[in-house]
Amino acid sequence: MEQVGQRKIDGLWLTVVGIAVLFFLILPTLIVIPMSFSGASFLEFPPTSFSFRWYAAYFTSPEWMSATKTSLIAAVMTTAIATPLGSLCAYGLHCSAPRIRNIAQIFVIMPIVVPVILIAVGVFSLYAKLGLNYTLTGIVIAHTALALPFVIVTVMSGLQNYDFDQELAARSLGASRAYALWTITVPQVKFSIQTGAFLAFITSLDEVVISMLVSGGDNATITRRMFNSLRDQLDPTIAAISTCLIFVSISALVIISIFNRNQKNKDQL
Amino acid sequence: MSSTAQSLPIEISSLCKAYGPIKALDDVSLNIAAGEFLTLLGPSGSGKTTLLMALAGFVRPDGGSIRFGDQEMIATPPHKRGLGMVFQSYALFPFMTVAENVAYPLKIRGVSKSDQKTRVERVLDTVELGGYGDRRITQLSGGQRQRVALARAMVFEPRIILMDEPLSALDKKLREHMQIELKALHQKLDATVVYVTHDQREALTMSDRIAVVNHGRIEQIDTPERLYRQPHSFFVADFIGESISLPVTVANDTAQLGGRVLKSDLAIAPGSGGHRLVIRPELLEVMSGPVPENANDFSGRVNDIIYQGDSVLVIVEHKSVGMINVRVPANRAGQTGLPSKGEQIGLALHPEDTIIVPEQVS
Repeated sequence: MEQVGQRKIDGLWLTVVGIAVLFFLILPTLIVIPMSFSGASFLEFPPTSFSFRWYAAYFTSPEWMSATKTSLIAAVMTTAIATPLGSLCAYGLHCSAPRIRNIAQIFVIMPIVVPVILIAVGVFSLYAKLGLNYTLTGIVIAHTALALPFVIVTVMSGLQNYDFDQELAARSLGASRAYALWTITVPQVKFSIQTGAFLAFITSLDEVVISMLVSGGDNATITRRMFNSLRDQLDPTIAAISTCLIFVSISALVIISIFNRNQKNKDQL
Repeated sequence: MSSTAQSLPIEISSLCKAYGPIKALDDVSLNIAAGEFLTLLGPSGSGKTTLLMALAGFVRPDGGSIRFGDQEMIATPPHKRGLGMVFQSYALFPFMTVAENVAYPLKIRGVSKSDQKTRVERVLDTVELGGYGDRRITQLSGGQRQRVALARAMVFEPRIILMDEPLSALDKKLREHMQIELKALHQKLDATVVYVTHDQREALTMSDRIAVVNHGRIEQIDTPERLYRQPHSFFVADFIGESISLPVTVANDTAQLGGRVLKSDLAIAPGSGGHRLVIRPELLEVMSGPVPENANDFSGRVNDIIYQGDSVLVIVEHKSVGMINVRVPANRAGQTGLPSKGEQIGLALHPEDTIIVPEQVS
C-alpha cells in the first residue's frame, strides 16, 4: 500500500513539473494576445483598456498589408518548392548505400547547424552579384535552402518506419518505380511529408535574419517590418500582428493533426 | 487458374555480382526447368537472396545472363519481367483492403473492374481466404497475411514466381502446414517457382531440386534425396541434416580411417583440401549380434542416452575416433531394449550409407 502511495506522489510531482514546463514554454507567446487588445498607444501588460484599434491599424495599413502579402507568398512558394524537393531527396538518401547516406546527411543538415547570420551574409554577398537582393525570387530561394533540411529529416524518419519491401513488391507486380513511389510509398509517409511542409511554411514565415539583409523595398517580409517597427516605435500593432501569426501557425498545426487522426482512424477500420 | 499462362524455364549463366571485395555471386550458372520448384538453400550471406533479387531485377549483376524462356532479361526493369514475388515481410499494402492488395497488379495491367473482381475472388478462394476481401490487413493473422501475399503474387498468372523466405515469420506448426500447402499449390499452378530459404527441412520438404549456395557459388544442385544421401562436398553434407565428420585419407578411390579401409558404395566426389567421412546419426544401425563382414564397424561403449520424444539419441564412445551419435526411433528403442550406460554396443555403417566428401569442391 505504502509503495502505491509513494508512486502516486511521484506521479503528482511529475505532473506538476510537466505543467510548469508547458507554462514556461507557452506563456511568453500568450502574453502578446491580451496586449494586442489594449487601447493604449504603447505596449503594456496587463492592458488597462480594451479595443480592436491595433487590429484596425494593421489591416488598414498598406505597408503592413504589402509585407504580409510578401511573407505569405514567400512561405507558400517555399513550401511548394521545398516539400517535393526535400521529399525526393529523403527518398534518394533512403535508397542510397549507408556510407553515402551518412556523408550526404551531414551536408543536408548543414543549414540547420550553421548560424543563420553566416548564411545571411553569404546569401547577401552572392545575391549582390546575381542581382537577387530585394527580390521575391531571392527570398524564396534562400528560404527554400533553410527549409529543405526540415523536410528531409522528417520525411527520412517517416521512411525509416516504412517497410520498403512494399515498394519492391509493387514494382515486381508491374508498377514502374515512379508509379510504385506515388501509389504505395507516398500514401504511407504522407504524414511526414505534411509535417515537413508545415515546418517549411513556418520556417519561411518566421525567418528574420536572412530577410533583414535580403528582403526590402516592396518585397520586405512581415518579420523584417516588425523588427524595424520594434526598433523605431513600440506600438501594439506588433502585438496584433503577432497574435494573427500565432493564430495562423496554430490553425495549420490543428488542421494537420486532425487530418492525421482521421487518416489513422481510417487505417485502423 | 486459366490455361493461357505457361511456366517458363530459367537459364542463368555466368552471373557475377561483387559488393566491394565480396563476391555475392561468383560466376553462377543454373538451369531451372519449366514448372520446377527449385530452392536456393544456404546460410545468411551466402548470396542466395542476391541471386533471387537479380532474377527479380532489383540487383543489377556485373555480368552474365538471365533468360526467361528465350528472352534475355538482364537489362529488363523489374516491372516488365512479369514475375510474381512473395517477400519475407509479406510487403502487403496496409492502407488497402485484402481485395485492393490482390487487385493491385490487375489494376496496373488495365484489367476491367468486373474482371478484377472475379479474378480476385477466385484467387482468394484458391488460398482459402474466400470472403476476406473487405478485411483490413491489420485484422489478419500472420498465416492469413502470408496467403494474401501469395494471392497477390499469383493473381495475374505469372509464369515465374519468386519467394524470399516467405514462411520464416510464422511459428513452427503453421510453417510446416504452409510448406505442404505451398507444395500442393505449386502443383495446381502452371508456374516455375524459385524459393529462397535457410531452413534445410523446408527445402527438403518442398523442392523438386535444391541448389545449395555458399560464398556466392552453387556447391551442388540435386534432388532432396540425392543431396542428402550423396553430398558432393563437406559443406553440403554438414549444412543438410545432422552429422559428425571424421578426417580420412583417400588413395586410389578408397578411403582409410585410422588405417582401416572404409567400405563405401558411393563415389567419392573430386575435390581438394582432404576428405571427410560423414556419419549421420540415423544411418548407423544398432546391431544385436556381431557387425556383419560387409559393413563398417563403429562399435563402442555407451556414454549417454538422451530421450528426445520422437527419438532417442545414444552417444557412443569409440575407442579410436571418439564420440559418435546414434539416433534410434523411440518406439524401437523401447522394444529392442538398448544397452544401458557403460555397456558395449554394436554399430554398423553400411556401405550404401558411407558418405565420403572432399573438404572443398574442385
